[in-house]
Amino acid sequence: MTDSSEPVDTLALACHQVCKQFTVGQRTVEALSDVSLSVTKSSVVGLVGPDGAGKTTLLRLAAGLLVADSGAISVFGQDCDRQVDSVHQLIGYMPQRFGLYEDLSVGENLNLYADLHGVSQVERQQRFDDLMHMTGLASFTQRLAGKLSGGMKQKLGLACTLLSQPQLLLLDEPSVGVDPVSRRELWSIIEHQVKTNGMTVVLSTAYLDEAERCDEVVLLDEGNKLDQNTPAYFNKLMQGRSYRARHAELSNRHLQTLLSGQTGIVDAVIQGDSVRVVSESKDLLESPAFKQISDKLTIETTSPRLEDAFIALLRQRHPVAVAKTDHSAVKPESPLSDEVVIQVDHVDRWFGQFQAVKKLSFTVNRGEIFGLLGANGAGKTTTFRMLCGLLPPSNGQLRVVGVDLRKAAAKARARIGYMSQKFSLYSALSVKQNLEFFSSAYGLRNAKREQCMQWALQQFDLVVDQDNESGDLPLGYKQRLAMACALMHEPEILFLDEPTSGVDPLARREFWNRTNQLAASGVTVLVTTHFMEEAEYCDRLIIMRDGDILIAGTPAEIKQQVTTAELPEPTMEDAFIQLVEAKQSNE
Amino acid sequence: MNNNINIKHMRLKGLVVKELLQIWRDPSSLAIAFVLPVVLLLLFGYGVSLDAKHVPLGWVIEKSTPETSSFSAAFARSEYFQNSYYADMNAAKRAMQLRKINAIIRLREDFSRELFKQNSPAIQVIIDGVDANTARLISGYVQGAWSEWLTHLAEVRGIELARPVITEHRIWYNSAVLSKDFLVPGLIAVIMTLIGALLTAMVMAREWERGTLEAMIATPVTMGEVLLGKLIPYYLLGMGGMLLSIVMAVFLFDVPLRGSFWILMLTGTLFLLVALGMGLLISIVAKNQFVAGQIAIIVTFLPAFILSGFIFDIGSMPAVVQGFTYLISARYFVAILQTVFLTGNIWAVILLNAAALLLMALLFFKMALKKAPKRLE
Amino acid sequence: MWSQIVALLIKEFLAIVKDKKSRFVLIGPPIIQLFVFGYGATFDLDQVPIAIYNEDQSIASRDFVKRFTASTAFTQTLTITHNEQIKPALDEKKVLAILHLGPHFSRDLYTGRQSAIAQILIDGRDSNTALIALNYMQSILAQFNLDWAKQHHLNLPPAQLRIRAWFNPNLESRWFIVSGIIGLLTLVVTILVTALSIAREREQGTFDQLLVTPFTPFQILVGKALPGLIIGVIEASFIIFMAVFWFKLPMVGSLAALYLGVFLFVFSVIGVGLMISSLAVTQQQGLLGAFLFIVPAIILSGFATPIANMPELVQKLTLINPLRYFLVIVRGVFLEGLPAEVLFSQYWPLAIIGVVTLSGAAWMFRRRMY
Repeated sequence: MTDSSEPVDTLALACHQVCKQFTVGQRTVEALSDVSLSVTKSSVVGLVGPDGAGKTTLLRLAAGLLVADSGAISVFGQDCDRQVDSVHQLIGYMPQRFGLYEDLSVGENLNLYADLHGVSQVERQQRFDDLMHMTGLASFTQRLAGKLSGGMKQKLGLACTLLSQPQLLLLDEPSVGVDPVSRRELWSIIEHQVKTNGMTVVLSTAYLDEAERCDEVVLLDEGNKLDQNTPAYFNKLMQGRSYRARHAELSNRHLQTLLSGQTGIVDAVIQGDSVRVVSESKDLLESPAFKQISDKLTIETTSPRLEDAFIALLRQRHPVAVAKTDHSAVKPESPLSDEVVIQVDHVDRWFGQFQAVKKLSFTVNRGEIFGLLGANGAGKTTTFRMLCGLLPPSNGQLRVVGVDLRKAAAKARARIGYMSQKFSLYSALSVKQNLEFFSSAYGLRNAKREQCMQWALQQFDLVVDQDNESGDLPLGYKQRLAMACALMHEPEILFLDEPTSGVDPLARREFWNRTNQLAASGVTVLVTTHFMEEAEYCDRLIIMRDGDILIAGTPAEIKQQVTTAELPEPTMEDAFIQLVEAKQSNE
Repeated sequence: MNNNINIKHMRLKGLVVKELLQIWRDPSSLAIAFVLPVVLLLLFGYGVSLDAKHVPLGWVIEKSTPETSSFSAAFARSEYFQNSYYADMNAAKRAMQLRKINAIIRLREDFSRELFKQNSPAIQVIIDGVDANTARLISGYVQGAWSEWLTHLAEVRGIELARPVITEHRIWYNSAVLSKDFLVPGLIAVIMTLIGALLTAMVMAREWERGTLEAMIATPVTMGEVLLGKLIPYYLLGMGGMLLSIVMAVFLFDVPLRGSFWILMLTGTLFLLVALGMGLLISIVAKNQFVAGQIAIIVTFLPAFILSGFIFDIGSMPAVVQGFTYLISARYFVAILQTVFLTGNIWAVILLNAAALLLMALLFFKMALKKAPKRLE
Repeated sequence: MWSQIVALLIKEFLAIVKDKKSRFVLIGPPIIQLFVFGYGATFDLDQVPIAIYNEDQSIASRDFVKRFTASTAFTQTLTITHNEQIKPALDEKKVLAILHLGPHFSRDLYTGRQSAIAQILIDGRDSNTALIALNYMQSILAQFNLDWAKQHHLNLPPAQLRIRAWFNPNLESRWFIVSGIIGLLTLVVTILVTALSIAREREQGTFDQLLVTPFTPFQILVGKALPGLIIGVIEASFIIFMAVFWFKLPMVGSLAALYLGVFLFVFSVIGVGLMISSLAVTQQQGLLGAFLFIVPAIILSGFATPIANMPELVQKLTLINPLRYFLVIVRGVFLEGLPAEVLFSQYWPLAIIGVVTLSGAAWMFRRRMY
């Protein structure tokens, strides 16, 4: 498939030694260096890689929105620089935020894009009907795009790009913040288009399970193409290196914390009822980490998945990105305290006519990691902001450490740490200045303050960057800095709103390692996420949908509900999809 | 070929409809287009006036006589003055410091005596010079009232007054010298600058920020169509604002419209094109609403306000500043507006200024098109 | 508690100074505006073009004309010889005014049987300039009459006017405008700094971050107000400095009286700015709000046009405009040398506006703390 000797004009997309640089602040970033790749007609190709790998830049170059510094890029033989007008006739492009006019209705957005693509009135109605049927938006044509849920926006964005029946479809992160049901629908639309219209699709994604559905995967890192091949090829690379481990005494979370970052172990993540371990060599048991605990460990090999290869390949290039794990902090199992620290009692929240949160009730105990899961617009952030006292509830009561933070004295807020969705930091201030500000905000002074700041710089690997402006930092570093700012004053309760949104798998691993350590040392963590697989890290969780609790419980309990003979080991995502479908058929 | 043109039309129609829908749904652009003109016109039409009337005058009459009374009565009769009386200079000075009066007229104790002796006694007039403009106007009014009194005095006494030369003045086009007749037409240029440049600069930058432009320019649309798609709706909005301003000027503020309405609309079109072109250029360069707003206020609104001849006479500015005003489109339109409203269709003024506007419009569009490739950089 | 406010202050300053855009807002526009206004905005007549239509052509009439053309206010750019030339000269804005002397000018002047007539035709499109030019011409004429009467031993007018202008003897309008700019720019900069400060943090999400820290609303408010106060006072000082040393304005009053006014004025403007800011959700709304406040505040302040000329109702409206009071203070101190006692009537309204708006801002800020 990668055979470049094929005639060029049959290639849907061809890049030849493409280089592209950007200037961010004072730094010059090599977004793409010497990238060559080819995509054959009617294939689905996924671009994967950490933040700043150059995925978006590559898609924009292909769409003719940027011009390469050197090298050539062409779509069906048409040069993306010189023949950009013919390229635009051939492609459909959906940018990261779907490119919709939020103050136009669904129908108006479609009409606009139909006009822009020159779709004649005769064809138009037929295509609208098809697309509306396919996306399930037919009953929402009058609704403003801004009032749609994340999944609906994504489908509308896709519908707009499909109107012209493009030969090549370019999708930039089409599934960020979208719930699993919508993601599945997106894929069925894409597969349908490839099958019936012979469309070629190139998409970038942060979800590796999604990449696994592609014909080919291109792995990018820091502007370099590491490899391009079929998912099967990548999985074969990892053959015999993926294991599932269980410990008789330690919980999965502790086992995972213990194993990750050990020499010989590339990756350790919780998956279902065991810890998935990827070893550096074919023989896992030789690694020293297992020596001490091997007697109580059950290990079995498992079939590799794309994420294993992804992490393994990246770890070769970024050995330093491994989190420093402070093993002394990992205490042996202690039963969870039953002291309730967060209490939510029949809470409603209305925004005008729209009910964002419906009669929500739950409690969180001390030392728990409690997850609020759901897609964008499910009501997670609203709940979260009410808990932090940033938003008053319309009805009901919220208590955090026994007080309502909205009414409590300022010093009650010193007991919590808060990290918002956007990693809100003062972007004009340097890393150190941000730390200085937040340490003063929490009343830390003199030696104590100095000590806390040193701890934060060390612990979060920010020493090198301490004088850089925080606005120029890569996203993963911003996340670390935001967490450092929220933790310096040693809060009892930590509120983390979408801490892993948009962050690549490596940084996500780092983040969960830290969070596990905190929980182990007695900090209560309330976390929201739209990654269903991250549910495994939580002690207990609720999954929200349309402001309601879809289900609550421990990860095992939730998965238990959907376990059947056909699906003996459901993932959290399977659980979500099943539960949503069950609920919809009930309605 | 025909099909090709049809598709072009379709794309343009789509863009225009989209923009109109967005304007309709966004109260802030409607407010800038229709509420702001009304507020500004009311403020300027009613609030601002350079015509000093009922100027508070402080009198210090050290010895009251029939002559002093007849003199002060000459002022009391005039609508320009409002008399108040003080016992001595100190009291009057104090009143001036507290801004109770703008000028002091002092008649000394020996005024009547010297008058009879024909010694031509001096009448001391002290004007608060802080506001130089008002001070000058007051001084003119005082001179007028004084010479009226002299004539009256001469008549009463039957003496001949030596007045070698007298003036006979006519103020053309605005015989009542009403400042609203002068300010309101000029204001239309300021309002259209706001609608044209500020609004377009912001909306284009908004599309950059929200990422909608990214999706749009990856379609077969050409940049010319994108710009035209912005231009047509805001042109309509701007002309709407202009029509509203003209209607208010004529029917609410009774400003005479001596020239042709259609010439106003035609030159207004030219001016609006310059303003829109400038707005588009700003937003293409700025790509961010905050910066675009800042630049638009600094390079379009303030110059239109100060350097266009709208309030301040260009002829009296230093040569360098005068040279600079040639770069400001509002200058040409203000000249046309004031002429067409108050004088009539004076082709020499209209054609010259319209030619300048046309040139600027072409220049801005050429630059906007050049600066707006179908790229993200 | 104060160490926390200091931390807020440092953060606020760093955010303003390190951000290219906000640095530009603070430095760029004020300097541009100072010069554009300072030089461009003038009501003084300087070399205004006039046309002479002299049908008499005697020595006396030429002497008379010379008095006009020699004045710095006017410059003769056109000589008219026929009646038909009059209309186009004015219509086409070639000249502002035409001085017309009839064929019998010198005869009437010498015989003295009837007054000689000098006809002045003025373009009234710009009503203000027309009036000022007319006044200039009238005073030139009055001087001519007086001199002529003395030379030819005619009766002097029974009484003479001795007009003097206090505080600004040469009636330079630049003194008036530049002193006004001190208030104007201080207003604009202070509003921009404060009106966008909360909105910017809201947009970037840092405001939530701030609200979950142990800062009290009062501390946050002080943290937002103090930078505005400091920047406003520095800005005012810079323009005061430029006014004195570049534009050569007299500074006859006491700096203390001036700075008391600057301080109170900035205080009241901060209140308005923070009120706008606590209402605005986005920076754009903040900018629009700032604009909607600044424009009427300037127009109705007496900056360019006297408040006394406004209708009664509008005059009452100006009582809530802080710039109105500050302009009296600046001009009073700069040009008249008014002492603080006299200015007391201007100080207290500023203080009241400041207290009311700041409490309003604090109230809205608490209400909108979500």
